[in-house]
Amino acid sequence: MSNTLSKLEKRTAYTLVLPAVLLVFAIVLFPIFANIWISFKDIELKDIRIPEPRAKKIVKSISDDGSELKIVYKLRNSSLIQEIRDVKFQDKFPKNTSILNLDSRCNFKSKKIICELGDWEAKYKENFEIILKNIDGEKIKKETIKSQKPILSGKSDNPLLTTNFTLKNFKKVFYENNFIDLLLTTFYFTFFGTVGAIIFGILAAQLVNQNIQGRSYMRGILLFPYVGPVVALAYTWTLLLDPNSGTLNALLVNFNIIESPINLLGQKYITISILGFDFKLRLALTTVIFFEIWRYFPLAFLFILARLQAIPKSLYEAAEVDGASPVKKFIHITLPQITAIISILFMIRFIWNFNKFEDIFLLTGGASGTRTLPINVYQQGFAVSDIGMGSAVSIVIVMLLLAFMIIYFRLIGKKANEI
Amino acid sequence: MKFKSITIFLVSSSFFLTCILSIWKIMSTLQGLNFTNLNITGNFFSGIILSLLCVLIGNRINHLIKIFSLSFLFSFLYFYFNESSPYWYIFGVFLTILFFTNKLKKYNIKSLTEDFMSEKIIFDFTTLFGIVFFAFVILFPFYIMLVTSFKTQIALLVNPLDFSLDFSKSLTELFKSYFVIFETYNFSRYILISSAVSIGTVIVTLLFAIPAAYAVARLNFFGKNFLSTSILIIYMFPAIVLVIPLYTVFSQLGLRNSIFGLLIVYTATTLPVAIYMLQGYFKSIPKEIEDAGIMDGQNWFGIILKIIIPLSLPAISSVALYVFMIAWNEFLFSLMFLDSPKSFTLSRAIQYLSGDAETPRQYLMAGSVIVTLPVLFIFVYFEKYLVSGLTSGSVKG
Repeated sequence: MSNTLSKLEKRTAYTLVLPAVLLVFAIVLFPIFANIWISFKDIELKDIRIPEPRAKKIVKSISDDGSELKIVYKLRNSSLIQEIRDVKFQDKFPKNTSILNLDSRCNFKSKKIICELGDWEAKYKENFEIILKNIDGEKIKKETIKSQKPILSGKSDNPLLTTNFTLKNFKKVFYENNFIDLLLTTFYFTFFGTVGAIIFGILAAQLVNQNIQGRSYMRGILLFPYVGPVVALAYTWTLLLDPNSGTLNALLVNFNIIESPINLLGQKYITISILGFDFKLRLALTTVIFFEIWRYFPLAFLFILARLQAIPKSLYEAAEVDGASPVKKFIHITLPQITAIISILFMIRFIWNFNKFEDIFLLTGGASGTRTLPINVYQQGFAVSDIGMGSAVSIVIVMLLLAFMIIYFRLIGKKANEI
Repeated sequence: MKFKSITIFLVSSSFFLTCILSIWKIMSTLQGLNFTNLNITGNFFSGIILSLLCVLIGNRINHLIKIFSLSFLFSFLYFYFNESSPYWYIFGVFLTILFFTNKLKKYNIKSLTEDFMSEKIIFDFTTLFGIVFFAFVILFPFYIMLVTSFKTQIALLVNPLDFSLDFSKSLTELFKSYFVIFETYNFSRYILISSAVSIGTVIVTLLFAIPAAYAVARLNFFGKNFLSTSILIIYMFPAIVLVIPLYTVFSQLGLRNSIFGLLIVYTATTLPVAIYMLQGYFKSIPKEIEDAGIMDGQNWFGIILKIIIPLSLPAISSVALYVFMIAWNEFLFSLMFLDSPKSFTLSRAIQYLSGDAETPRQYLMAGSVIVTLPVLFIFVYFEKYLVSGLTSGSVKG
């Protein structure tokens, strides 16, 4: 009895879970594996369109009574680079009609014309003419002829499915792509974006956790950058930072803080001299990192605030009795309580920052030294339109992510699970 | 000891006053007032004098009388030395000083000698400063977004600091950018598409997620643990690595430029979050209620429909709001999959607008306001729901 029940339970469970699992597999897991396949292929954006035989039908009447029609099919191969084999053509006509100039490639039987048009090379074009006549000499309606669409079919190679593989893409990724610079930029962006977001998150959480007026409003406002649409926010920032008529530069110049406007998003390096030493700072990258911090510190803030509110008040009261100063309270009570959540946040934000595409793309498009790995996927795949290369970069991203996850779980994972 | 804490008090309070006065000055500059000097030293010294007076007077006179008279005195002096400034600016200065002196209420000569007072003072003023700083840094871009949409490109090129609104103009003139983007750039269509995609994603995601989450939360089956961990791992996986394979497959299947294609992708990417959040909630529903349902001869469909869904409406609606916000804000996939203006979502349309260097910025900002408002509205209105959902580990970004 219980056996059949558990069987029933299993079957129910699978029917409930399966649709969701299949969808996620198709859209999320399949592409990750498909990337491996594509990354070993020499394939470009233009190759992925499957070539199709196409026909445009033009109908003209050539006799006065309308009983004879000339039909011109403008045939072409939609692809500029690939051939189509064994093209078949088919069209239907009204009854009581005959074709006066039947092509040798064609057959006309029971109102249907079927043609074997052979192989079409790339860019193939042909004007295929038919003269149609009504046997009884009645008028043929042009509209009915026009509304009937011809059917074409043919075989072609799908370059995605062939089995010629190459290592070219990976060679290019590692040797011709400024790979070291790419990695470093990604790392700077990810690391400083994450650390900055967490530091500001801790500060903001400390603020809101105190008894201040309008605390819940403050919490809501602090989350605005996080919930706002990235497109709107990124463009607002570009306007703010614009060197010619941006508000920030105009303000700084107006109050004589700087002499001339700084192109914060378009300048790769800026030289800063501190104590006689010149430092080269990656300006555009720094600005993008600040945007990143601005947009994502709210998440860190929210998690840390939730943790702070869970710390028992008695701990602080006891410290008060012992005569601890605010700084000591923070170091000895607050910090140990939030290290676990900080390490989790570090991992989540690190992974997401590592994959961040939209923010950089919208702010700089990857120019002036802000090209990270995800931006490179887009640039290779769609700007240079080398799909194989883009996939190869994606594979590098996945590999680095897996490595990071493994390291993380070895080092901190166990601790994080203990909370 | 006393001297040290008084010095720290004076310095940090005047620093705070300087900050808020500077912010007020910056905001006024953006209304077209012609200031070219933040006058930091002046403000700092008047801050020192002001806080010293406050502490010296202490509780000797009524608090309200004290702060009003001090603020009045100082703003009058301010007016005397900066004659060119208009009255509303001075009024703002008055309010700022009023706020400031009110914050000094708890300090007097006696309290400054308490234990750890200098640390407490620094803590207090850092808090105050932090709140003002965070609020300013966060709200300023939103403010610029809003006011830019009411200005014109030419006016901003002439004076990039003048964001004052001319209320003498007619309403149609003031909201001109909004009319233009609706009439010329077809934004009503994009709003429709964005809403259709987002609402569609919510519905489809819930349809798939509720049964799956129920199974994960309640039923025993082979591969359950594997499933729940892989949900989390998939959630961590980046959208950017999915883009190229999906693009190629969608191109070949003719799913690009279609709302349906977008809907599938959004559903698949939000499903893990939705299942994760929902199963957590379903587990908290007492099992006895379902047992009663089983006794009544309900099958799983009846149990989900008649027991689980009504009981977990709050959780389901918070998941729905999240999924809506994710889908509404989504940009990467809409950039990749949509290239015909006929099927643009709002985000993609704004990005397309910005691609044309000729597009005046006020149109761009009007579009941005339109895409931002619904999300902020939902967020502010349902904040309590959403915040508890956020901390349980949702929204990707």
